[in-house]
Amino acid sequence: MENFTPIPALMGGLMIGAAATLLLWTTGRVAGISGILAGLLSRNSSNFGWRLAFIVGLMAGPFVVSKFGPGINPVKIEADIPILVIAGLLVGVGTRMGSGCTSGHGVCGIGRFSVRSIVATCVFMAAGAACVYVTNHLIVWGG
Amino acid sequence: MAIIIFALLSGVLFGVGLTVSRMIDPSKVIGFLDVTGAWDPSLAFVMGGALLVTVPAFMIAKKRVRTLLNIDITMPTKNDIDASLLIGAAIFGVGWGLGGFCPGPAISALSFGLEKPLIFVAAMTVGMFGFGLFRKKADGLNG
Repeated sequence: MENFTPIPALMGGLMIGAAATLLLWTTGRVAGISGILAGLLSRNSSNFGWRLAFIVGLMAGPFVVSKFGPGINPVKIEADIPILVIAGLLVGVGTRMGSGCTSGHGVCGIGRFSVRSIVATCVFMAAGAACVYVTNHLIVWGG
Repeated sequence: MAIIIFALLSGVLFGVGLTVSRMIDPSKVIGFLDVTGAWDPSLAFVMGGALLVTVPAFMIAKKRVRTLLNIDITMPTKNDIDASLLIGAAIFGVGWGLGGFCPGPAISALSFGLEKPLIFVAAMTVGMFGFGLFRKKADGLNG
């Protein structure tokens, strides 16, 4: 528990909620990031402009924190490249097949009390925990 | 034009929230999913904080037809819990546990200019695009 950081987590969470609210109250859209990105990829997608603007803003977020905020805590990506390729493919396929990710189902779907999203969130959290159990406790990498 | 500016602002705020909350750090995410190991529950506070804002925000939005910019509010319409939701969420969860990245934080992490987030996002995009093509073909065969 030495890594427990509830205050920044709560502050960041409130900002994420405020960002989703801003998008909903102005553009009328749900802030589901996998859906917004997938919409950019499909050629006959409506509203290309706001989707691109949101994604560009998302990329600017860490820059804003490091430039005008308290700076960024070091980020550690332990998975090596082949694992990240597999992980990326699974996240891409899974979020399209399951119609959403942590933002669309977790933050927005649960926020509007969608049973579908509550179920999806329980499933991806359980699958994520099961995966980490296998990789952290059952398999010794490179051993 | 206003829709583009508000989508950009929302994306920036979302990215700032992901950074401040440390959701952008895959080792933090894996610590959260490692429930049987050195569990770090911090990220539960991210979702909790976000929901504190989005629950009332959606309650207000549900009573309205149009946004502050006078645009129609578009809500997801599906209600059914089908195999595609469950399998998709499970595939996403495994990918999330493997890499420690879900779509939003991975896109924000592109701003670090590192190789690993770029490779993850590229693979995720291929997965989304590939599944989109697959579904289009399947729909064509069935319909």
